[in-house]
Amino acid sequence: MNKPAEEGVIKDAKKRYSAGVLKYRQMGYWDGDYVPKDTDTLCLFRITPQEGVDPIEAAAAVAGESSTATWTVVWTDRLTACDSYRAKAYKVEPVPGTPGQYFAWVAYDIILFEEGSIANITASLIGNVFSFKPLKAARLEDIRMPVALVKTFKGPPTGLVVERERLDKFGRPLLGATTKPKLGLSGRNYGRVIYEGLKGGLDFMKDDENINSQPFMHWRDRFLYVMDGVNKASAATGEVKGSYLNVTGATMEDIYERAEFAKELGSVVIMLDLIIGWSAIQSMANWARKNDMIVHMHRAGHGTYTRQKNHGVSFRVMAKWLRLAGVDHLHTGTAVGKLEGDPMTVQGYYNVCRDSYTRQDLPRGLFFDQDWCDMKKVMPVASGGIHAGQMHQLIDLFGDDVILQFGGGTIGHPAGIQAGAVANRVALECMVKARNEGKDIRTEGPDILRKAAQTCTPLKQALDTWGEISFNYASTDTSDYATTPSVA
Amino acid sequence: MMTNPTGRVTQGMFSFLPDLTDAEISLQIEYGLNKGYAWSVEYTDDPHPRNTYWEMFGMPMFDLKDAAGVLMELKNCRKAFPNHYIRMMAFDATRGIETVAMSFIVNRPKNEPGFGLVRQEAGGRTMRYTVHSYATDKPEAQRYEG
Repeated sequence: MNKPAEEGVIKDAKKRYSAGVLKYRQMGYWDGDYVPKDTDTLCLFRITPQEGVDPIEAAAAVAGESSTATWTVVWTDRLTACDSYRAKAYKVEPVPGTPGQYFAWVAYDIILFEEGSIANITASLIGNVFSFKPLKAARLEDIRMPVALVKTFKGPPTGLVVERERLDKFGRPLLGATTKPKLGLSGRNYGRVIYEGLKGGLDFMKDDENINSQPFMHWRDRFLYVMDGVNKASAATGEVKGSYLNVTGATMEDIYERAEFAKELGSVVIMLDLIIGWSAIQSMANWARKNDMIVHMHRAGHGTYTRQKNHGVSFRVMAKWLRLAGVDHLHTGTAVGKLEGDPMTVQGYYNVCRDSYTRQDLPRGLFFDQDWCDMKKVMPVASGGIHAGQMHQLIDLFGDDVILQFGGGTIGHPAGIQAGAVANRVALECMVKARNEGKDIRTEGPDILRKAAQTCTPLKQALDTWGEISFNYASTDTSDYATTPSVA
Repeated sequence: MMTNPTGRVTQGMFSFLPDLTDAEISLQIEYGLNKGYAWSVEYTDDPHPRNTYWEMFGMPMFDLKDAAGVLMELKNCRKAFPNHYIRMMAFDATRGIETVAMSFIVNRPKNEPGFGLVRQEAGGRTMRYTVHSYATDKPEAQRYEG
């Protein structure tokens, strides 16, 4: 290891420190002339080496610790084709404008990974290496997976194309809302919110991530009342409706039991929380394929490792893995809502979900080309502090293939939940119509909304209530979106 | 008359807006043509949410690139089925999409009777639901008369 001196294990600190770092290079984990193969998995790490650690040697150490290296030379390496198993750092560059941080490119041979297993990929790539002492911090910024590896995954159980066909909803974003308050409603009261929102014009309602089976509402009661609301709203509108039934539970047996009951009641969709883990997600993707079910993924917990720029895993990497593992909906940020997120970076996450072939796009944080090999597409979900007054921005940023979720913006409407749903649906439809007619919704959006509100009282009330909506976006560059007033 | 806020079936892209005029419909058609979609006109007397296959008023117009021509087909359909639901459907043949790209209702019966929800009580507190289209109580071709 490179830091034993600080632990007092090695007496001659300087000598031992240099030798330890050099060892990774000597062992073959750095090759500046390496040309990555089409079958390699490529990773871009952002690393912050400890003081005095050479960045190239640090990059070699990352390659070593995420593949075969241990802290010392072992003779048993010589029993293997060990060069195949060594990941190779092949490029290191300083991060522009950020002293002390470096981008390190590392290539992994295809033999390193089990087919169709995110658990196996993550155990290598974000396993021990993230606790490695010679680095102050490390972040997996992006990943390119080879076609041969991508094809070992089945991907989304339904995908956004088939989802639209099942729901019979085309040519516009879908609309949703999360039931609030997230905790405390009885099953009967909970179902009321579902019914009102869906009848008012939403396509989906949603359980919150921490609604499971608490004392105030057993999961079976929730499912029964929710499905009564869903079916009643479907009859009242003539539309297919759904509500993401969160089947997250303590064990796989619980999760399967809840999912089976959701299916039995005729739900079109179930919901999982990210915190159930990769293997559970892949198991449930298999279950969903077998049972014609859409899987809604709530990314609960991701902020613990995606948010800090210097350490963890970028959400774009998470989104790529989740698409392979098999989810149909994925929360990917709003850019204009209450939750932070640079619009270009957020667009990068959307592209990863929906592209047939993702191109390198550095302003959007995409460092690699990624061929998705016709894998089904994930429907991104924009949820959190957005409201009808931002409709033009949301459609301009994200296009049609997105679910826009207005929780507070629906349930908090002064005239009630149905009115809140109407406001959102009218705002959505008038904006899609205007865009298709050739209007520049980025600049004309506020006027389009105001005009629609003249014949739609609920929309007028929504615009009046969440009134800081600025109707004069002079500039259309991304930084203006980032400073858009938002509603908590 | 249905009881949802619009008082009518809310399928499609624009059911919450005032009915589109023919000029407005033409703009939507043009948008689709510019995207390379093929337009189709479909009609039904059973708008059940899971009635996928409305009748095709002819085949999708793959080679028709003129909005006026597409609108004429819609007008012909309206003439033949003035009291049916009619929708415009645009098909996108792009690899990886290959599905409907736009869909909106452009004609409705004068009276939209809507749907009832039939509940069948099952084991425990479980309920089995059937969405029942009132219009289908009558035979085909007699559903929206008068």
